[in-house]
Amino acid sequence: MGDYIVLAISCILVNNILLAQYLGNCPFLGTSKKMETAVGMAMAVIFVLVLAGVITWLAEAFILKPFKMEYLRTLSFILVIAALVQFVEMFLKKSIPALYAGLGIFLPLITTNCAVMGVCLINIKEEYTFMQALVASFAYAVGFGLALILFAGVRERILLARVPNPLQDTSIGLVTAGMLSLAFFAFKGMV
Amino acid sequence: MAKSITQEFVKGLWEEIPPFRLVLGLCPTLAVTKTVQDGIGMGVATTFVLVCSNVLISALRNVIPSKVRIAAFIIIIATFVTVVELLMQAFTYPLFLSLGIFIPLIVVNCIVLGRAEAFASKNAITYSLADGLGIGVGFTLALAALGSVREVIGSGTFWGASVFGPSFQPFSFMIEAPGAFVCLGLMLCIMNLMGKK
Repeated sequence: MGDYIVLAISCILVNNILLAQYLGNCPFLGTSKKMETAVGMAMAVIFVLVLAGVITWLAEAFILKPFKMEYLRTLSFILVIAALVQFVEMFLKKSIPALYAGLGIFLPLITTNCAVMGVCLINIKEEYTFMQALVASFAYAVGFGLALILFAGVRERILLARVPNPLQDTSIGLVTAGMLSLAFFAFKGMV
Repeated sequence: MAKSITQEFVKGLWEEIPPFRLVLGLCPTLAVTKTVQDGIGMGVATTFVLVCSNVLISALRNVIPSKVRIAAFIIIIATFVTVVELLMQAFTYPLFLSLGIFIPLIVVNCIVLGRAEAFASKNAITYSLADGLGIGVGFTLALAALGSVREVIGSGTFWGASVFGPSFQPFSFMIEAPGAFVCLGLMLCIMNLMGKK
């Protein structure tokens, strides 16, 4: 049990997917201008990432490995993720319309979110067991949500500040992300 | 066609250079620019995928039904990424190791899918080829520029060779994650200063 907690902490804080591993930066900058969209995106990512992490792990262990087709990993993982996102979208639309209304527009974006694909590949690369992969996927997703929501909070404040013209928008966003990343950098060496 | 093939190529080098003008494909930009070599390696790999997928998608643009086009594009792109992955593993093994999971992640690089959707699915093969090549070369240049700044300041070397001599104390902030964000942000600012659209 203790091992899983350490793994979770290291995935959320120390190896934060956005700020230490540089994955998923497009939605990080794209959806962080408003708190509402940031929360929606964070929820959608947590939902899909856990499912994707589990399913791709199973696909690797029971299909790709036994048949020695590891070279098809990239192709099969992206297909699994794309199909999963489509399936989740249809399922939510039909059975939980309230949740769909909240997450709806963010779901298609997740297919090309490299955080999802990245975590699936990290799970395989680190040779996690099934439980470890499950915990890691969830923890990485929570780390993504945490960083995104914190960043959205900062960005809402920046809107009120006077920013020099050439630094507007993405430029100041990146510098701010750098400062936030510096804060997370302090967790290095904790685990 | 209003624009010539050369114009389609040239626009990728300055006017629409990713990731500065088109803010797409940030993850590889930040992750693999610790050294110039990695940056250029990544740029070349992405260019290969971009050109091949642009050409194939453009050739098949009348065959692919528009409802399933995104899925079809992703499969085409993933195929070429697998090709690149295997080629790099065979011929440039050290580079393959240092780029790590970012090679398979070219699949989800928004630049590639973005060009497929915005350009290749609507234009003829030759134009798509020029577009892919232009954007790819632009991306490589951007990665090389960012990589040089970070490598020279962060580890005091350029292409592995020492620049400032042994007494230089490297500013290792630049090769860590925070430095990547700040450096890209400042370069974006310089780009904005140099020319407005």
